[in-house]
Amino acid sequence: MSVTSIVRHRLFWPCVTLALLCAVNVFFNHNFFALEVRNGALYGSVIDILNRAAPLMLVAMGMTLVIATRGIDVSVGATVAIAGAVVAVMIGGTLVIKDGVQSYVANFPMPLAIIAALAVALLCGLWNGALVAGAGMQPIIATLILMVAGRGVAQLVTEGQIVTIYYEPFFFIGNGFLFGIPFALYIVAAVLLILLYLTQRTALGLFIQAVGLNPTAARFSGISARALVLWVYGFCGVTAGIAGLIITSNVKSADGNNAGLAMELDAILAVALGGTSLDGGRFSLIGTLIGALIIQTLTYAIYSLGVPPEINLVVKALVVFTVCLIQSERLRSMLFTHTARIGEKS
Amino acid sequence: MTEQQAILQMQGIHKRFPGVVALKDVSLRLFPGEVHALMGQNGAGKSTLIKVLTGVENADSGDITLAGKAIRVTSVLEAQELGISTVYQEVNLCSNLSVAENIFIGRFPFRFGRIDWKTMNAKARTALAALNIDIDVSLPLSSYPVAIQQMVAIARALGTEAQVLILDEPTSSLDEDEVERLFDALRKLKAKGIAILFVTHFLDQTYAISDRITVLRNGELEGEYLAADLPRIQLINKMVGREIDESSFARQTESGEAKASAGEPFLAARNLGRAGTLRPLDLDVHAGQVLGLGGLLGSGRTETARLLFGIDHADSGSAKINGVPVSLNSPRKAIRQGLAFCPEDRKTEGIVAELSIRENIILALQAHRGIFRFLPLRKQTQIAEEYVKQLGIKTSDVEKPIGQLSGGNQQKALLARWLATEPKMLILDEPTRGIDVAAKLEIMDLVKTQCRKGLAILFISSEMSEVLRVSDRIAVLRDRQKIGELDGASADEQSIFRMIAGGES
Repeated sequence: MSVTSIVRHRLFWPCVTLALLCAVNVFFNHNFFALEVRNGALYGSVIDILNRAAPLMLVAMGMTLVIATRGIDVSVGATVAIAGAVVAVMIGGTLVIKDGVQSYVANFPMPLAIIAALAVALLCGLWNGALVAGAGMQPIIATLILMVAGRGVAQLVTEGQIVTIYYEPFFFIGNGFLFGIPFALYIVAAVLLILLYLTQRTALGLFIQAVGLNPTAARFSGISARALVLWVYGFCGVTAGIAGLIITSNVKSADGNNAGLAMELDAILAVALGGTSLDGGRFSLIGTLIGALIIQTLTYAIYSLGVPPEINLVVKALVVFTVCLIQSERLRSMLFTHTARIGEKS
Repeated sequence: MTEQQAILQMQGIHKRFPGVVALKDVSLRLFPGEVHALMGQNGAGKSTLIKVLTGVENADSGDITLAGKAIRVTSVLEAQELGISTVYQEVNLCSNLSVAENIFIGRFPFRFGRIDWKTMNAKARTALAALNIDIDVSLPLSSYPVAIQQMVAIARALGTEAQVLILDEPTSSLDEDEVERLFDALRKLKAKGIAILFVTHFLDQTYAISDRITVLRNGELEGEYLAADLPRIQLINKMVGREIDESSFARQTESGEAKASAGEPFLAARNLGRAGTLRPLDLDVHAGQVLGLGGLLGSGRTETARLLFGIDHADSGSAKINGVPVSLNSPRKAIRQGLAFCPEDRKTEGIVAELSIRENIILALQAHRGIFRFLPLRKQTQIAEEYVKQLGIKTSDVEKPIGQLSGGNQQKALLARWLATEPKMLILDEPTRGIDVAAKLEIMDLVKTQCRKGLAILFISSEMSEVLRVSDRIAVLRDRQKIGELDGASADEQSIFRMIAGGES
């Protein structure tokens, strides 16, 4: 592979950005890449970043497909809260001491609670999909409805309280380790593999691109664009639901007001950083994962640099701004032709 | 009227675009108080001439005089200030602003530094009253039908002390009553001495309103005539031109073979129609035959194709395929019945420009198979390469984006997309539009080859010679209705035009 073809590769700039951010981290924290095994589990900054990025990676993967169909879903944060609320209320849990033996009892069996939460998340997504594909609403408006209403729904479920979970087995999802690696990463890997399979080994990828690039031509070719869009939103709801489970498990409680707050923005940003055009069409799931990692690594860097918390959003915004400029095709071509012209003169 | 001084005169206008001469020594004159129709086929140079007149394009040479003074129009704004106003085909107003705002946008009356709403609304009412329209001007434009919006556009155009009003196909989205209303308004303007240049494809309307007709053909002036002195059949002849090279477009219909395969039609439509777009018509398409749709632009050819392919829904009539009643209410259903459709607008409805040639070719086949019966990449490449070879698509690599191909090759790739689904009937809407002559001939040969293999084909083209060349039978349309059918072997342009002109039916 020649140098130019590497530079032209769509994942080149996202990878460069991630590498630069890692370099900054290493500069301030020489142990950034260090890993150690404690109690049979891997610990280290990198593992920490991956683990914390897991919910965002999941939501952003669902978002990638939605954006590829020329849509957008700003309700994923609310869906995270709803799924979290449902699972927390259904599990709840109390500590029971019987004959001196401590045990935890859930209100409903945990598998049932998880399935219910994911089903509700799917319904949220399908609702969005129905508004977009069925009623023909603009995606941002259609999903804005659930973004606003979803928080209310989540609070209705939790009756306005922050619901704390007292049921240990549930904590494994967000905090557990399997073969030394955080369990949440297995979930991310599983969803990624399923999506890669669906988009590369079935016609789903082709159809999504065709619908995103030219909906009319896609429809005239016999693709049922409406059904496709409906299910893509539905799937995006499910990924948000899974993220909700991980977050709820992680903090051992559900807060309808704050769970997944502003997550839709990070997810859209991750998709954009990963090189998927917001105009729809060509998309890259791997790029999106790199985008999510860029966001999390940046957050980590800001904390480890000791940036005062009151300005860290400004710093984050500046870095994102720079990254987006670097990735802008037009700016790059402007810069390159400019330097080329200077080169000609001299 | 001829002794009168022309208000606007264009003389010896030349305009060249890279590779084509769009206008060659074209002249046009407009008299005050007349409606002047500008006629011509696609690509005759009508829109280029209007663009030159309104300052959108600059002519390479030629003179324009307005009221005796030589003018040089270099921008749209300048044209408007000179009193030349244009209403374009698509109403380009802001539908969420009020009627009055739309009329005065960009030149609001001010009072004490603020917009004077009262004066504006009053003036808007006066302007519309001049067109016989009395509506609430403070309501948003979108609350009125298209015809009214068209009038508002005209009122807006007239606001600037217009002497010349250019209407570019103003009636294409109007129904008959609305057209009549528009014409009433035009007659009123005419009485006030305004010169109106009217571009249209509808023959009936041309004769209903015009005093004078200028015909363009292939970028050249064919002539200027008084409407009363020019019979329809002559007008059509002048638009199309008689000197068609008969040898290169020689008919290839083997009528004996065609008749042998006829019998029960593959697709039979009865009374199929849709209010406002197509009057109910009967149509039979036979396997192994090409049915041509003849007619001028706007005669309902594309509308017929869209109804058959389920893009628009018919509100009357029925269709049968192989004698079995079917409901064609989505492209997907139509495809399942063995139909295929190459749309008129290749770029926006046909190709997916950013996807590769391979992906574009297998798209319909894959859609037919569904998401999970995925064609392996190797199979896809094999299919794509097979059609690239069979149809002579000129490309080095099937992985190139299809948008990089030339128009003719894109069209062939679209044909490949449909042939890959092994359809029973192929609808081709203007398959030769915008491609060079050699590619046109190739496409038509492909059509004949496919037809011989037993495909039923519905062929639509603005080029009458092409329709004649490939069709076994020709259904003639005019003003969104079918007016008759001709045998392809015995029909010639004259018989089609006579039918369109209404001399025979």
